[in-house]
Amino acid sequence: MEFRDAWSIACKDLRIELRSRILTNQIAPYTLLIVVLFGFALDADTQTLRDTGPGLFWVAVLLIALLAIQRAVKIEDDDAARERMLLTPVHSSSVFFGKAIALFIQLFALEVLLFFVMLALFDLSVEDPLLICLSAILATIGVASSGTLYGVIAAGVGVRETLLPILLLPVLAPIAIGATRTFGDAFGRVDADGWAWLGLLSVFAVVYTVLGMLAYGQLVEDA
Amino acid sequence: MNDVIDLQEAVVTLGQFPALTGVTLKVAKGEIVTIKGPNGAGKSTLLRLCAGLLPVREGSAYVLGENLNANRRAIRQDVGLLGHKTGLYEDLTVEENVAFWGSMVRAGKDEINKAIKIMGVDGRLRKVLVRQLSAGQRRRTSFAGLVVQRPSLWLLDEPHAALDTEGRDLVDNLIQEAAASGATVLLVSHAPKEVSSPSPTRIVAIAGGRITSDIYNEGSGDGVS
Repeated sequence: MEFRDAWSIACKDLRIELRSRILTNQIAPYTLLIVVLFGFALDADTQTLRDTGPGLFWVAVLLIALLAIQRAVKIEDDDAARERMLLTPVHSSSVFFGKAIALFIQLFALEVLLFFVMLALFDLSVEDPLLICLSAILATIGVASSGTLYGVIAAGVGVRETLLPILLLPVLAPIAIGATRTFGDAFGRVDADGWAWLGLLSVFAVVYTVLGMLAYGQLVEDA
Repeated sequence: MNDVIDLQEAVVTLGQFPALTGVTLKVAKGEIVTIKGPNGAGKSTLLRLCAGLLPVREGSAYVLGENLNANRRAIRQDVGLLGHKTGLYEDLTVEENVAFWGSMVRAGKDEINKAIKIMGVDGRLRKVLVRQLSAGQRRRTSFAGLVVQRPSLWLLDEPHAALDTEGRDLVDNLIQEAAASGATVLLVSHAPKEVSSPSPTRIVAIAGGRITSDIYNEGSGDGVS
């Protein structure tokens, strides 16, 4: 794998997202809307919101991840750029890594926004900021890696938009559970060992990244 | 092996549909071969097979000396394919697109600038987003990406589509120059007018997934007949 190629691909994806403004003008407002709707659905009872806040945060992240992954697949599909990439000397693991880096940066930026909005709306207080940061980074690596991998699986199918959530959400479930536990501990809302759950998130991040780098090439061939 | 392309009874299926039903074709280095035939004849499939993008179901296929039955990825970096779609990113400018594809093949800045200039998408067009270009300008931009790639085998699917007269002449010159410098060109067309432009060394007709005629063009100037 060439990091230079991966970085070029990541920069290209980020430039496209910045220019199309879909992330800032559509996905970010959608993120805020989800949080507000959760608030209404739970009757604005701050105690309930505080207790369920970590879980709601990661459910919201999974929903916005689905949109961001669909976008990442679409920009390669629109004018057959994925096929053109096959005719370059760039290794498939570099392409995977580049796409995953771009997705990670977009998701992480949205998570930061979501985090501060939830802090304000749900009246949450952070007891362990380091645990929050590390779990967000590791969980987002897992989501970005598995999302990039499953995005290309769904790419060759006409019903991509509906197939992707069905394929991906069960895969992301362990990450969401682990991240909810670590966040719950960091917010002081649940009696769980957040650092132990962080270990699980590390395992998922490594497994999905390695798996993606190994399998992406073959999956692109079949897409 | 001097043949850049050597297909023997090659069969390719798209799903269950046999798109190529036994193609035998040899193309030597430096040749410009025009492939013509009706819609659905298998022209585009033939190009994609030669690019190593489709597996050979039966028969044998050697391209650039590599056995595609064994490893169809080996040739890809030496092949340039321009299909119906341009492989461009709509939210990047002309310059960004060509520079991106250039960076993927380790092309220098000078080569990128030269390709942009050759294809006539420099000046004002350089900083324009691809989504704002006309179909012909997109085609030129895609060609610039191909020029940067410096392929040994050019596979062009209706390269004149959407181009104006000036653009067609530009592409014709590019193809002739590529062939003169030792590259091989396979050019798909179903417009009879385009068959003579650029002057091909051979005209191959394909129908129903098989080659029905293979005629050397006496007017190509290379003395082959």
